[in-house]
Amino acid sequence: MADKEQFVRFEKVDKSYDGEVLVVKGLNLDVPKGEFLTMLGPSGSGKTTVLMMLAGFETPTSGEIYLDGDPISSIPPNKRGIGMVFQNYALFPHMTVKENLAFPLEVRKMQKSEIDEKVSNALAMVELQDFGSRMPLQLSGGQQQRVALARSLVFEPRLILMDEPLGALDKNLREQMQYEIKHIHERIGITVVYVTHDQSEALTMSNRIAVFNDGKIQQISTPDVLYEKPDNSFVAQFIGENNQLKGKVKSINGNSCIITTDSGEDINALKVNINNVGDVSTISLRPERVAINSTEQFENVFEAKVKELIYLGDHIRTRVEVCGNDQFIVKVPNSYKDSNLQEGSTVKLSWKTSDSRALDLG
Amino acid sequence: MNQTESGPILTSDGIPLKVSLKKAERINKIRAFLLVLPLLAFILVTFLVPIGDMLARSIDDRQINTVFPKTFEVYKKWDRQGLPSEEVYKTMFFEVKNSEGYDIGKASTRMNYSKSGWKSLLKKSKRKFKKIEEGPYKEQMIAAEKRWGDIEYWKALGQMVDPTTMGYYLNAVDLKYDSSKNIVQQKENRRIYNKTWFKTFKVSVLVTFFCLILAYPISYLLATLPLKYSNLLMICVLLPFWTSLLVRTVAWMVMLQQKGVFNNLMVMAGLIADENRWQLMYNQTAVIIVMTQILLPFMVLPLYSVMKTISPTYMRAALNLGASPLHAFYKIYMPNSIPGVSAGCLLVFIIAIGYYITPELVGGKDGQMVGNWIAYHLKTTLNWGLCASLGAILLAVMTVLYWAYNKIVGIENIKLG
Repeated sequence: MADKEQFVRFEKVDKSYDGEVLVVKGLNLDVPKGEFLTMLGPSGSGKTTVLMMLAGFETPTSGEIYLDGDPISSIPPNKRGIGMVFQNYALFPHMTVKENLAFPLEVRKMQKSEIDEKVSNALAMVELQDFGSRMPLQLSGGQQQRVALARSLVFEPRLILMDEPLGALDKNLREQMQYEIKHIHERIGITVVYVTHDQSEALTMSNRIAVFNDGKIQQISTPDVLYEKPDNSFVAQFIGENNQLKGKVKSINGNSCIITTDSGEDINALKVNINNVGDVSTISLRPERVAINSTEQFENVFEAKVKELIYLGDHIRTRVEVCGNDQFIVKVPNSYKDSNLQEGSTVKLSWKTSDSRALDLG
Repeated sequence: MNQTESGPILTSDGIPLKVSLKKAERINKIRAFLLVLPLLAFILVTFLVPIGDMLARSIDDRQINTVFPKTFEVYKKWDRQGLPSEEVYKTMFFEVKNSEGYDIGKASTRMNYSKSGWKSLLKKSKRKFKKIEEGPYKEQMIAAEKRWGDIEYWKALGQMVDPTTMGYYLNAVDLKYDSSKNIVQQKENRRIYNKTWFKTFKVSVLVTFFCLILAYPISYLLATLPLKYSNLLMICVLLPFWTSLLVRTVAWMVMLQQKGVFNNLMVMAGLIADENRWQLMYNQTAVIIVMTQILLPFMVLPLYSVMKTISPTYMRAALNLGASPLHAFYKIYMPNSIPGVSAGCLLVFIIAIGYYITPELVGGKDGQMVGNWIAYHLKTTLNWGLCASLGAILLAVMTVLYWAYNKIVGIENIKLG
């Protein structure tokens, strides 16, 4: 039995399809037992390839993948005992829901009575007890999704992979399914590796998120750390909404630094991903961390011109021009202390040093 | 809702909704009808009418009644025990004597189907009757041609009295009417059609089977290869399709004949002796080989279009769930490809069963199918009634097959793309 912290282990895994471009570059990744890990990234970032290598449908070009301590690169997919939920569910259209669920048990040559019991348990888990004799195409998208989930769990695999399983559902159903999957994971404590390009999905469900771009993990951490403390401008940009101010490093003082923007303002920022004075840098700043006309004393205070107001009900999305950036967004809560903003008026913006993170150029 | 619960729903100007809807849609219906009218007329003239005519011809026996109408009137009174009366002879005499040569020629061809000898009897009689001036006619006719005194000829006429006949259908399955209109088997040496039917089915089934076996892997490859390779492969499949059928058939003759390419290669390779060259041409084997090649695209195309719609993730899912590749293929892929298999088989079988040109060219005596007999009677013996009945039986067989298929598999499961 291998280390619980290294239930799934990628060791220096490279993958190339054509011998010219690496889709996955030197991937090292450990997934502890029982964790819900999400691989998040834009399309083409290599996240699905990683999942396919784990499932056994692709072989690593170099490096090795370990599952529970054993190398699995040479084991065919049907012998890995890994469950998987596919993007379009891949329910067998010529079989009923029950037959679909029984399929993995029948190939394992289980007793008929045992199969029946497990199938009805699995159906109960996803609350589809009355749908066992339906054909998959007679079910709604959400029901198909749940059948696919049940089918991947019914043979009690060691690990579940999910490849954008909610991509085909509409928004409300997607959110509901996110909670359902999260709860099932919490209840049975199985290890899940989940792939998505939807950041809110990742934030909702995961213990940890690995942000992929360009074949590499850009940052791997818990959802709150990823959002609050992105390591580089790709992560900052990809997760949540983000204001960017570009400039050059003027001085570095321990953990903080001063960045001079292209239009000449000096901004106090946290030193995160810069090394030397004179480097180019992008400051990342979340829209909800900027105060408008605040009386509190913050390190950074600038005059800004209101360009556009977009009414969104609970808040007003305000686009302003500040420090040479006219795409700067501030979220103004729609509260009783109405700030009475007008397009074209000048306002005072302020934010803390610790909320502005000086990152690479991006 | 302001209308009463029992009454029909009315539109805002008080007309019942259904009436109003019909009115509104009538113009669309008329437009749609006008759009299909040319095609409808075309199909009517070139397809439905000829088929109707063919079906009618297979039972039609009126023609002879137009040549000897009065004879048949008096013939009906004959008790068939001994030669007919003078009255029958007399009417026959005048109708033969006064008829046009063309009409009597056609009539005698028909009469010959019932009893051979009628044709020459009438031909000779027509000449000899000119000399007979006055009655009684019976003795003079028998004197002129002694076959007029043979009761079998007169009995055979009885098969033609009705304006319709099943004779052609009986003929198509090696049966016939005897002189007293009982259904009996054809003479041993004239039984050819049952054998031909059996052969036609055998060849069609085998061709369908071989097409399926050959087409399935190719279609699978076509459906799963990346586009740039599958396009090339598709062209390879379709290329023969674009070549003339005759050219392909003749090419096969070059390939398969005893001194042909295939036998030469086998002899050169030392696999068979020069004097034991295989007989691959002018027999059933040749028909099966060549028809399989010719009909292969008709199997590949429906298979391919169905397989194209089978998502590769089904196979992946099956593997992921623990099935071996073979098991996954058998349990998941094959059932999903059934609509293509059935469409392809039905298509190939239906084309094969009525095939004509290939058996004609490469079949020799042993490889003739029903289609060839139809062509033979159409062009050589001019027995169109028999052609029509053979064709009608083919049509019926296909209809039954289609019906059975619909019962077993369900026609909605056919997919051509």
